[in-house]
Formats: sequence, C-alpha cells, structure tokens
Amino acid sequence: MSSDDHELRVSKIRNGTVIDHVRGGQALNVLAILGIDGTQNEQVSIGMNVPSDRLARKDIVKVEDRELSQEEVDVISLIAPDATINIVRDYDVTSKHRVERPCQVEGVLTCPNTTCITTEDEPVTSRFEVLDDGVRCTYCGTIVRDGIADLIGSR
Amino acid sequence: MRDDHLLTSKHLTRADIEGILDRAAEIDADPGALAGKHDGSLLGLLFFEPSTRTKMSFETAMKRLGGDVVDMGSVESSSVKKGETLADTVRVIEGYADALVVRHPRQGAAKMASEFVDVPLINAGDGAGHHPTQTLLDLYTMREAAGLDDLSVGIMGDLKYGRTVHSLAYALSNFDVQQHFISPESLQLPREVVYDLHQQGASVREHEHLDAVLETLDVLYVTRIQRERFPDENEYQKIAGEYQIDMATLEDATPELTIMHPLPRVDEIDPAIDDTDHAAYFEQAHNGVPVRMALLDQFLGGSA
Repeated sequence: MSSDDHELRVSKIRNGTVIDHVRGGQALNVLAILGIDGTQNEQVSIGMNVPSDRLARKDIVKVEDRELSQEEVDVISLIAPDATINIVRDYDVTSKHRVERPCQVEGVLTCPNTTCITTEDEPVTSRFEVLDDGVRCTYCGTIVRDGIADLIGSR
Repeated sequence: MRDDHLLTSKHLTRADIEGILDRAAEIDADPGALAGKHDGSLLGLLFFEPSTRTKMSFETAMKRLGGDVVDMGSVESSSVKKGETLADTVRVIEGYADALVVRHPRQGAAKMASEFVDVPLINAGDGAGHHPTQTLLDLYTMREAAGLDDLSVGIMGDLKYGRTVHSLAYALSNFDVQQHFISPESLQLPREVVYDLHQQGASVREHEHLDAVLETLDVLYVTRIQRERFPDENEYQKIAGEYQIDMATLEDATPELTIMHPLPRVDEIDPAIDDTDHAAYFEQAHNGVPVRMALLDQFLGGSA
C-alpha cells in the first residue's frame, strides 16, 4: 500500500501539527501527553495502525491550530522515538523534523515508586534521565522501560 | 570528593574512598589529634526515622572534633508533625548549623533536600535507597580485616530493601572484588542496582543459598530480613531461617572469614559467633566514629 493511500484516510489540516510515524498503538498516548481529551473543542484527526514503509504499522496524529512546544516533543519522543513533527501553515508543511530524545524530562512523568520523595507533598518537580531503552528517576533511581505513557499525569 | 554533599556512594571514586579511610585511620591511631579543631561548629541532625548507631556516632564524632550538634528530635515532637515539608525543614535548620545529616524514609529524600540548602548535607539513609556513611565504615572495617582488593565478598539477607547493601555494592565496584549476593528470590538486589553494577563492570553473582559460595568467601556481610516484608508469618520464619548463620554453618568457611553486619541484628547471627575471630560487627560499629570524624572534618573544611 502506498503512502498516498493512508494520507487519504486522514484529511489534510490547514494550520497545526502533524505527528507522523508514531509507533502503532501509541496515538492515544500522544494525545495524553498533549493533554487532549476532546473537552476543549480541539480538532484532532487520528490514524491508527496504518501500514507504513518505515514502521510495519504506524499511527498518525493531526492537531489543528497548535504548534507543539519543545517540551511536548521531548516527551513524545519517549514513546514515539521514530516520530516526525510536521508544522503546517496554510496547508503547507513549513518545517519537518524527526524527534530527538532529550537527556532528561522534567515535570511530565510521575515516578511509579510510591516511596520516592517526588511522590510526597514536597515542592519538587519530577525529573527523569532518558536511557537508551527507558527512563530513570533522578531521585530514587527507579528505571521504567515499559509503560512510560502510564507515568504521564503529573502536570 | 567532587561534591558538596554526600548523597550516595555511587559516584565515589577509589581515590575518594581511600582518602577518607586513610584519614580515618590517622584519627583512629591518634584520637586526640583533632580535639577542638572544629570548636564552635554545629551539626544539624534530622532523623525522620529511628536510629541508634548512626545518630550517636555522628554526635560522638562531632563532639570529638570540638563541635556540637543541634538535633531536630523525634518526628512526633517536631513541626513535621504539623505537616511541614522536608524542603522547609532543611531550609530552616540550615540557618542553625554548618552541616546537616538527614535520615528519611523516602528514597531520594537526601538528594531533594540537598537542592534546598547551601551547607553540606550528608545522607544517613533514605528509605530503601542509600546509606553512604555506613558504607565507608564498612569499607574501613573490611580493609582492616581483609584488605580491599583480590577479595571475594558475600552479601546476604534483604538485598532488595537494604540500603546498606546498595551503597556497599556500588562502592565495592571500585575495587578488585567479586561480589556474591545471597538472598531469597523475593529479596534480590533491585534490578536498577544490578544494571548499574554491570555498567560499572563489577563482578556480580547472585545465589539463593549461602552454601553455594561460602567456602570461597573472604568476607560475609549479613543483613537482617525484616518480618514486615512478608505477609505471612510462616513464610517469614521459613525464609529467615535459611539465612541465619551459626557455628555449624561456619564449618564450611575458611578460618579467615570475616563476618560483618550493619546491626541491629535480631537472630541472623548466633551470639556464639561473637567470641570467634570471624566476628567483626562490633568493631564495625565502633569504626563509625573515626570514619564520620574524617568525613565531618572534610565537609567542615578540615583538610587545609
């Protein structure tokens, strides 16, 4: 199946961001990272598990009228390391780049270790070092390799 | 040391460790040499969990250096009871003291606290995390008894929650030591620690039974298996019993085997072993004073 075919499945957007080459099944987690739950009238199109040349199956997320911050892109890179971020203005892709995994992410993930000081009522922002295959809490050292998206929710 | 604080043993180099141990040995040989050196200095003690040895040996060490301590006291009698955060508590006590010693039940507590203060902060135990000053006195004891290279060390008991174990394992990875970890499967070393030890190139082996490795050991470091780790009393009794040592256990050990324990012990080591040449655990506890004197001297600006 050619890439044109799955472009047809999800319509073009006028202004906003297209997050392409998201690993199959992670689109809803991308929306969770972006804080999109449909209650704020955001216009969002999603393709899930569409055939892809680069990935066997990919997801694609198109968000109207929103350009992502670097922090948001950093966190998306943790669950979608192959993703490309396309900024669209007036139907044209004005910039396109692949995500880069940051050295650390702050304030977005919650440590799953219930005895970690960051889960207490202390004035501390969660901080995770990004490993090749996961993330690690800077405070308690807990390593998370699977289910990183489940840690989203501290903000 | 490269840091203003002592939070874990993970980043200590061999030179860092040997520097402190050498200084502790000098103090041990001449306990009066530093008397009065830190006259007027105050050490803030913030123990959010019970402690006997660690707290008293810090207090003794500070007084032997000529300084004194200000003690937050028990959590029940402090503002913590009113809901004050650790971050606020350390910021307040920083104003009273030249250095702080913190023990807290949460992992990462000392690291977080250190981000709120400018005075040196020493981690005296953060939950199941780290206990680096215990490690330094463990290494001091081990060096005195058996040296620190070309060594086979067995660490047995609760390796999952035992912070003294985690800190010791990290520090030993600086030396030519084969580390054997002996525990029930449910109390194995955290995978994070094993990952780090492998990253550091340490020689690490895990065993479920002591007899698989006892005869090869130069040092056996025993830790307590806590009752509260097991939901079922019978299960606790069964498992804890397998990790207790007595004179019969030692029949397969070398005569030179050194037995250590961070104390308090409950019944992991039969008291009959106390009077043998194997037992180093009381000496180990005594070593807390010179080692902590060396550390405090360094943190209070003593080596100049």
